[in-house]
Amino acid sequence: MIGRSILGALVNLTKPGMYVHWGFIQISVANLIVIGLMALTFILAIAIPFHRKGGRS
Amino acid sequence: MTTLEHDTSSSPEEDAEVSKQWTTRIRRRLVEMLPPERLIPDRQPSFLSSWIYIFGALTIGALAIIILTGMVLSLEGPGWWHTSSLGLFVNSMHLWSVELFFFCMVIHLWGKFFMAAWRGSRQLTWITGAVTFLVSVGAAFTGYVSQTNFDSQWIATQAKDGINSTGVGAFFNVLNFGQMLMWHIVLLPVGVLFLTGLHILMVRRRGIVPPFEDGVNDKSATVASGTQEGTPS
Amino acid sequence: MTKTKERRFNPDRDVNPWKGGYRPYDIAKEIVICFVVMLVLVVGLAIVFGSPDDKAVTIQTWSNANQVDFAQTAITELDGTSATAQYGPPYNNVADVSQKIGPFSPEALVGVHIPVNTAQDFVIGPLETVTNSPVLTMALNQFNAASPSQQANWESAYATAVQKAKVFHNVLVVPLARYGPVGIMIRQLTDMARSGALDTSMINQDHFYGTDYTKSLLYVADGTYFSDQGTALHLSGGQWGMMNETGNFPGQAWLWLYSFWYQIPPFTTAWEPNADILVSVLMMILSVLLILVPFVPGVRSIPRWSRVYRLIWRDHYKGRE
Repeated sequence: MIGRSILGALVNLTKPGMYVHWGFIQISVANLIVIGLMALTFILAIAIPFHRKGGRS
Repeated sequence: MTTLEHDTSSSPEEDAEVSKQWTTRIRRRLVEMLPPERLIPDRQPSFLSSWIYIFGALTIGALAIIILTGMVLSLEGPGWWHTSSLGLFVNSMHLWSVELFFFCMVIHLWGKFFMAAWRGSRQLTWITGAVTFLVSVGAAFTGYVSQTNFDSQWIATQAKDGINSTGVGAFFNVLNFGQMLMWHIVLLPVGVLFLTGLHILMVRRRGIVPPFEDGVNDKSATVASGTQEGTPS
Repeated sequence: MTKTKERRFNPDRDVNPWKGGYRPYDIAKEIVICFVVMLVLVVGLAIVFGSPDDKAVTIQTWSNANQVDFAQTAITELDGTSATAQYGPPYNNVADVSQKIGPFSPEALVGVHIPVNTAQDFVIGPLETVTNSPVLTMALNQFNAASPSQQANWESAYATAVQKAKVFHNVLVVPLARYGPVGIMIRQLTDMARSGALDTSMINQDHFYGTDYTKSLLYVADGTYFSDQGTALHLSGGQWGMMNETGNFPGQAWLWLYSFWYQIPPFTTAWEPNADILVSVLMMILSVLLILVPFVPGVRSIPRWSRVYRLIWRDHYKGRE
């Protein structure tokens, strides 16, 4: 009612949800993105070099 | 009752008594377990060289925001965010900090798993971490059923079957809003914070786990158990 | 103090104390930066996406949206065939409905702790609070004075007739049949529901202040109006609904494993009648396994076999070569 325009969302996610079906697997696009980002973040956290002051050459 | 009128110089009997006190013993034990330089170290072993190490601290950061936004929501009560735009915004922060909390915690868990971070008497660190994860799932769940909207109605009526089937539903009634709110804002946050604190103290006590020593150890070697690691004093 | 105990070195359990170097590391700074990063992300996500807040379904909105569904649900509460009436513990005593794991049924063992009598609590009790309708009072007196078999006959006649009910000019019309006072009772209850009086009556059955919505929620969940809404939002159990959220928001994705079991045989087939208890027990076992990973042979060796650690500590290993 009130407020969505003031401090509410810029992107309206309160629309019918998008879902991916694959056999018995049914997952919302939002959850899929979150899980995908988790896997990606994990891989990047290991792959990206960690430089710090006084570190070995 | 000589203690009431003693001067600043203590007698040998007093010293003996003080050193036997429960208070003194507890303090001595705590300092032994966690000397300040181990509790708040200024150095870390040289093998700490990966971004994967920051996900514990990121999880703590998200937890701090969860607690702070939860406190702001508490100021005006559970119905506030339905009618106030500021309330809705704080609720949005509360929701997204929870999403980020689990996001970082799970990556932290994966990282610690692949480091086998329980090695070297660090099993309890893993255990407290895993229990914190499970208690957090409960804390989040009670939050979802305390929203007082369609989502909470739906989640409560669906979840009741699983919980009732175990017999727990008779005492932990997910359809009872008052009970769920209390669990969400008192009991489970206290549990999560206590376990997180314990987990951090254990990490500090043992220090971070050293790498596998590829090719150095063979099965015939023996190990000194009970050794502790930390920063050098 | 180091207590030395002779024990074979197990690389998945033991380490030798770190003898290598230490380097400056500012933990306090790390924590502050992590907090700030999280704060920026949270504020950003909150501004961009907000949070969902779909309005709760009340008995009033339900009965106004679908009078027929409400009346059809109300008669099942009265004749004891609704999901809640047939639920068993912890709400009521119904033979042979409790889920079992082997011969053991925890819910039956615990018994009724949150008593719900649907006929009394959902229909007759609320109607008895209406004192200004002589027709209703007569109908209730007639119903209460009748024998159980007479009541059952009326109820079953109404249950059949209400299947063909229609709404004419916003009024519920149930085909005439030999349902005696039940027609007036459900008609009055529907009016009560549409006015919002039934919501108030359900919550305030015992108290002025309401914090317990057990009966209202069970009532609403017995109707198809509520479950249709949930299914349309992909929230049902068979749709992995446990981890989903309304709209396009991410949900409790961390419940994926709990939700997973409900999608596959034998939980969807042979074990379906006891799926809740079986999935719950399975998840308890898996949770204990997660906690005990450091002690589970095989599982605790995966990190060493996977060699992911060679990447995590690659600077360390590079330095040693």
